Amino acid sequence: MAIQTEIIGLPPRSRSHLAALRLGDFPLIPVLILGTIALVAIFANVLAPHNPEIGSLTARFKPPFWQTGGSTKYLLGTDQLGRDVLSRLIFGARISMVVGITAVLFAGVLGTTLGIISGYLGRGIDQVIMRLTDTWLALPALTFAIFLAAIVGPSMWNIVLILGITYWTRYARVIRGEVLSLKEREFVRLAIVAGCSKWTIMYRHILPNVINTAIVLGTLELGVVIIAEASLSFLGIGVPPPQPAWGLMLSDGKQSLMVGRWWLSVLPGCCIMLMVLSANILGDWLRVKLDPQLRQL
Amino acid sequence: MKQYIARRVGYCLLSLFLLSVTIFFFVRVTGDPATLLVEPGASEADIAAIHHQFGLDKPLWVQYGIFIASLAHGDLGKSFYYRTPVMELYLSRLPNSLYLAAVAMAFSLIIGIPSGVLASVRVGHFWDSAGKMFTLLGLSLPSFWVGLVLILVFSVYLGWLPSSGAGTPLHLIMPAFALGWYFAAAHMRLTRSSMLEVLGSEYVKLARLKGLPQSLVIAKHAFKNALIPVLTLAGINLIIMVQVSIVVEVVFAWPGIGRLLYEGITFRDFPVVQGVVLVGGAMIVIVNLLIDILYAVIDPRIRLGV
Repeated sequence: MAIQTEIIGLPPRSRSHLAALRLGDFPLIPVLILGTIALVAIFANVLAPHNPEIGSLTARFKPPFWQTGGSTKYLLGTDQLGRDVLSRLIFGARISMVVGITAVLFAGVLGTTLGIISGYLGRGIDQVIMRLTDTWLALPALTFAIFLAAIVGPSMWNIVLILGITYWTRYARVIRGEVLSLKEREFVRLAIVAGCSKWTIMYRHILPNVINTAIVLGTLELGVVIIAEASLSFLGIGVPPPQPAWGLMLSDGKQSLMVGRWWLSVLPGCCIMLMVLSANILGDWLRVKLDPQLRQL
Repeated sequence: MKQYIARRVGYCLLSLFLLSVTIFFFVRVTGDPATLLVEPGASEADIAAIHHQFGLDKPLWVQYGIFIASLAHGDLGKSFYYRTPVMELYLSRLPNSLYLAAVAMAFSLIIGIPSGVLASVRVGHFWDSAGKMFTLLGLSLPSFWVGLVLILVFSVYLGWLPSSGAGTPLHLIMPAFALGWYFAAAHMRLTRSSMLEVLGSEYVKLARLKGLPQSLVIAKHAFKNALIPVLTLAGINLIIMVQVSIVVEVVFAWPGIGRLLYEGITFRDFPVVQGVVLVGGAMIVIVNLLIDILYAVIDPRIRLGV
């Protein structure tokens, strides 16, 4: 079968993804964590015991329930405005998930499209896109995101846009490289002979062959983007208050750290860490399974 | 060689050009730059005056020309808050940032290189897995959170280290750790893969065939050569550290470039924000150029291959 596909120049029959994802070293715990965070994000309205944005000033700085002074009414304590920390963490999961996933998708679509166009059309367009990519790569991504966020002002969707246009370069680079070798393959040549237009070839024949790579890059990028969002919110130019973004909670908690109110900054940090760590482990695993070429990354 | 350097310098100039265009373009596309250039709460007349003073009523390409001309003179504008030229502010903060970055770098190399070597010599064993875990943690923990936890433990509970500011070497320990942590993971990863590559090469096999003891093969033959890419990366990372240290500098109130950028954002001091980003981007582009050239000097295959 393998020999035959070589001879008639068809693309390698795409093995069923499930077969490629042989279980065994499947990262179960990270997937469970990400799944739980996703469920919490979806059902935040049902799960959160209190309103995340409105607190009661009489109940400020309550510690978690197991410490003296804590109560089961506020399981993980309250913040400087008397808002329930648990509810804020739950709604914060929604913000991190939405920002993380949409920003990665946006960056992925932008980068993959540019990578395919650059690799397939070549020549002048390739030069222009790759120089642009190089320049973008040369800029410190976070500083650039900070710069953009500072001029457009804080808002959740601005952050998605900013992170999208900051982090597309890696997709463009890697995918262009793949396209360069794909376009020399027989099945692409056959498509040209068969009279397919350039756009049809890029969409129908090239795209399905690079999509695995894009998925792997996207998973690996998810952690980076979540940390970037948290950093921007931490600096006060990300998701605006009173929305309960984890990065914002950390920055609010910073002031009361010195008097030992640890729960205000340690807990949101733990959430960020769990999510990013899980995304990174999953991404590493997918990289090895779906795309052996990316192993050296 | 000359041709290669000329081409690299050309690319570098192109990158700098695109950098300036990008920043120039984004400022104008996202709103009226005059609102960024005047202090908050300025009157209509003030805004009109700014329009005239900065030539914002002229065509775009003329505006860009003015922008570049003032950059070429090292003029990044004047800070609203400090009432001094941005360049002066930048240069006065740079030593602090470099100092922090250098210590963080030393720390990341001290942790990263030995653990990388250990992981490569014991592939698949305990040290390798421990190293992998360490790398994952390093890449997954936001540095500002590491900083906050350090403050909580060492300043609040134990009271050993000062929580913010600069001045004594003690002030440096926690920020350098928080900043170096991420890079230690990156250096460990690279040391491991670079060591593995060298250990698989012919001359290491020959050294083994000669009957040299394992320790000598690793220390003398493998390690030295495996170090080259790691040290190159460290060079680039030192500059990158200066740029990414903003959150760490904010957590520890460290008076460096990052803190300057943060102040610029907080006080809506636009010339400072723009200046810091421009100079930072330019520094990275130029360091990349120097490294490309250095590589070509060391390895003729690079300059002939391109």
